[in-house]
Amino acid sequence: MWTWFFQLASPKWVYRFSDKLLPWFRAATLILFVVGLVLGLLFSPVDYQQGNTVRILYIHVPAAFLSMFVYVLMAISGGIGFIWRIKMAHIVSVSCAPIGAIFTFLALVTGAVWGKPTWGTYWVWDARLTSELILLFLYLGFMALHNAFDDRKTADRASAVLALVGLVNIPIIHFSVEWWNSLHQGATISKFEKPSMDVDMLKALLMMIAAFQVYFITVLLQRVKAEILEREKLSGWVKKLVTNE
Amino acid sequence: MNSQLLSLIKREISVVMRSQSEFVYPLAFFVIVTSLFPLAVTPDPVQLAFIAPGVIWVAALLSILLSLNGFYQADYEEGGLEQLILAGVSGSNIVFAKSIANWVVTGLPLVLVAPIIGFLFNMDVYANGIAMLSLFLGTPSLCFIGSIGMCLTLGLRNGGVLLTLLVLPLFIPVLIFGASSIGAASIGVNYSGQLAILGALLIFSIMVAPFAGAAAMKISID
Amino acid sequence: MYFQSFQEFVEMGGHGFYVWLCYGIVLFSMLSYFFYSIQLAKSNQKELVKFYTRMDARSQASPKTQNQSGDITDDLGGK
Repeated sequence: MWTWFFQLASPKWVYRFSDKLLPWFRAATLILFVVGLVLGLLFSPVDYQQGNTVRILYIHVPAAFLSMFVYVLMAISGGIGFIWRIKMAHIVSVSCAPIGAIFTFLALVTGAVWGKPTWGTYWVWDARLTSELILLFLYLGFMALHNAFDDRKTADRASAVLALVGLVNIPIIHFSVEWWNSLHQGATISKFEKPSMDVDMLKALLMMIAAFQVYFITVLLQRVKAEILEREKLSGWVKKLVTNE
Repeated sequence: MNSQLLSLIKREISVVMRSQSEFVYPLAFFVIVTSLFPLAVTPDPVQLAFIAPGVIWVAALLSILLSLNGFYQADYEEGGLEQLILAGVSGSNIVFAKSIANWVVTGLPLVLVAPIIGFLFNMDVYANGIAMLSLFLGTPSLCFIGSIGMCLTLGLRNGGVLLTLLVLPLFIPVLIFGASSIGAASIGVNYSGQLAILGALLIFSIMVAPFAGAAAMKISID
Repeated sequence: MYFQSFQEFVEMGGHGFYVWLCYGIVLFSMLSYFFYSIQLAKSNQKELVKFYTRMDARSQASPKTQNQSGDITDDLGGK
């Protein structure tokens, strides 16, 4: 049982395993997206106040949720790499960053475009939007810091420290809508209460969140594969793999 | 207090005292930057009083950002930091000492000079007092948080610019609460919440920064 | 279905611009990154082929043992 666990630390094993898994994840991404989009665009109701713009919910919320989820994953895997010196953990952490930055950017952009017809403004400096913007800066800072070092090991470790320090931003984003009364609406899905959302909307939203999650795993594995090839280029198995194809 | 810590702080302050002109630069920067705003935005006293809290806070933040370099770069380049670590001095004590020295030398003067700027910006006396208080609570946090970024970028070529990019997102909460506490005070609204959060941020940064900074320092020195 | 016709679907009750702008940006970005990450692995492989031929040429010129920088976890992946 522990062998399986230790295999996670082996770039070779992860590369092989993701090669096997990727077709499944890609198919799942496509299916979930198609179903989610159909449900969200065609089979969910309009909002009595916002009209059809509420359909932006089905891409804005998953993007925002993923932006936070990916950051936490990036910080945790960075921390694991830092404490236990496992390079595979650093590979995952570094690969998470560009994807997470894209999700954060999408959350901000879709939020801004959604805000124009509903709130009357593209942007407002309330706590949630501002802390999401800070999250984007943290992602960009992580990538900039990693690029600035010549030695990759040092780069990995420094970025891991930065990611962990920035982790404090995530609860701020999440709880900001409870702590401050502002323009952005509060949480509708909670672990303990019945959701206050229409069932058809909820179905579409959950489907889209799942689609985004599976997309993330797919793209992460693709990125991780590329990163492994580059980092492990001096090892025998990569040479065999590349020159035998 | 830990005697190692005390002697480290004494060392930092004596180093700064030797080059006293450098000690004045952040203050001069603060004064110059704040005076740019009436020239660039508006000299109208009512509007100046309105933008004053933000202007003072942003200028203070930038001054501290600039002052960070002086405490670490020279030590790092000359190998002093390495020697201290090799001698067994705890990294977190070093970061703590440098942050405190940074605040005493840069932050505290800012707190004392700010009311003059506030007066020039037509802020009323009460708001000016709250400005001093919020800076007093907030500038140490900036010194501590900044030291983390400084330790991360110690050996790098473009460290200065990167430092700004890394540290500003972490500064923003302090900035928001600092400026809004003064803003609330000048309107006459309750500002104790913002000050309380400033205090909490200070405690949090004092607790976290030495460890994060020490970890970062070990990475940069190795 | 909440739309009576395709025309209605595109217009989204007057908010078509905003809704389709959002969906467009999101789908474009996510698709682009999907293909970019696949492309990155492929171009890395091409670079590596060049790298290996250079290294082989160099080690044939000055014979020395090949640098193996794997670690013990390599064996866990099987052949």
